[in-house]
Amino acid sequence: MASLDDLKKRIASVKSTQKITKAMKMVAAAKLRRAQESAEKGRPYSEKMNNVILNLSNGISDKENVPKLLSGTGQEKTHLCVVMTSDRGLCGGFNSNIIKKAKSYFAKILDEGKELKIITVGSKGNDQLKRVYGDKIIENISFKESKNANYFDADKVGKMVIEKFEAGEFDVCIIFYNQFKNVITQIPQAQQIIPLNNEGEESSSEESYEFEPDEDEILSNLLPKNISTQIFKAMLENSASEQGSRMSAMDNATRNAGEMVDKLTIEYNRSRQAAITKELIEIISGAESL
Amino acid sequence: MSEEFRVEIVNPEKSFLVKDDVSEVVVPAFEGEMGILKDHISIISFLKPGIIKILSKSGDENYYVEDGIVEFKNNNLSILTSTIFNLADMDKSKQQDLLKQAKEEANKTDINDQSKYLADQKVEVLKTLN
Repeated sequence: MASLDDLKKRIASVKSTQKITKAMKMVAAAKLRRAQESAEKGRPYSEKMNNVILNLSNGISDKENVPKLLSGTGQEKTHLCVVMTSDRGLCGGFNSNIIKKAKSYFAKILDEGKELKIITVGSKGNDQLKRVYGDKIIENISFKESKNANYFDADKVGKMVIEKFEAGEFDVCIIFYNQFKNVITQIPQAQQIIPLNNEGEESSSEESYEFEPDEDEILSNLLPKNISTQIFKAMLENSASEQGSRMSAMDNATRNAGEMVDKLTIEYNRSRQAAITKELIEIISGAESL
Repeated sequence: MSEEFRVEIVNPEKSFLVKDDVSEVVVPAFEGEMGILKDHISIISFLKPGIIKILSKSGDENYYVEDGIVEFKNNNLSILTSTIFNLADMDKSKQQDLLKQAKEEANKTDINDQSKYLADQKVEVLKTLN
C-alpha cells in the first residue's frame, strides 16, 4: 500500500491536472461560441454560391462543352483526398474520426486499383497518416499562425487543388472534414468537390436567367471560386467541431479527475486511520505488558 | 408602387450588408458597368474590379470590390464577393496599399492574360479613387 506521503502527492497532482483540463474546457467553450458563429455567418455565402451554380448548370446550353471542373475528366483513375484536421491535440476523437473515415476510403480506392494522392491540412492529420500512407502524401499544409479560419487560407488550398487539376494530376477530389452538429456530435464527412456532384439536387426555381457573359464563361470563372468556398466551409465546420470536441473531451477529463481525487482521498483517510489504530494498539499492548 | 428592391452583399465570412430600400445599384459587371433597377430580368453575371454604387433613400453608398458574382431574381439582388471595402471607411493609406499590391500583380510576367487584365483593372480603379 502506498504511503501517506505518496497519496498526498498524487492527490495534489491530479488536482492540478484537473485545473488545467477545466481551464482548457472553458477556453474551448469561449472559442466554440465564436467558431460556431462564424460557421453560421459563412453559410449564406456557400449556399448562395451553390444555388447560382445549380441554376447555371441547369441552364447550360452546350452540354458537350461543360467545364471539366463540373463534368470531370471522364475517368476516375487518380483520387486526390484533402484530409482536414486540426493543428492541436487534446480534442477527443476529433482527429481520429476524420482519419478513420479517410483511411477506410483510402483502402477502398487502393483495393480498386486506383491511384491515391493525399493533401493533409493540419499537422495532426499528417502525423497520423504519414506512418501508413507517407509515400502518398504530396502536400502538407498547416495554418498554425492563423488564429481563426479565414478565407485567404482556404483560397490558397483551393488554388493549389485547381492548379493540380489543370495539370492533370488527378481526376476526382474529395475533402474530409468533421461537420459540426452539436457539442457532443460531430459527423466526419467525405465530400466530393471535383467533379461537382449536383445530381439529385433540384434547382430552387425553374425560372430562366439572363447571363452576361455566356454560361460557359461564368461557370469557368465560378467553379474555381466554388472550390475555395467549399474548402472554406469545411474549415469553418472543422474549427467549430474541433472546439466542440475539445470541450466535451476536457469536460470528461475534469469529471474523471474529480472522481479520482475522491477515490484517492478516501484511500488516504483510510490509511491514516489505520495508522492511528495501529499506533493505539501498540501503546495499549505496551501498557498492558507492564 | 414603390420602386425599391432588396440588396444583399455576402462575403465568405459573413453577410456584409442587407438593404431593403434600394432604388438603383450600379455594378462593375465583366462586360461593362450595369445599372440594376427594380423588376430587372433575372440575371447572373460576374464582376471585375470596380465600384459598386448603391443608391437608396437613406443615402448613397460606394463599395470597392475586386471580384464577385451578382444574381438578381425576384427583386432580390445578391452580390457574392470575397474582397469588398466600403469607400467611406477606406482611408488613403489603405488605398495606397491596395494600389501597390495591384501594381505588383500587374507587373508579374508569368500570369495569363485574364489575370493580367484583372490586375490592370484594379490599378485603373484604384488610381481614380486617389
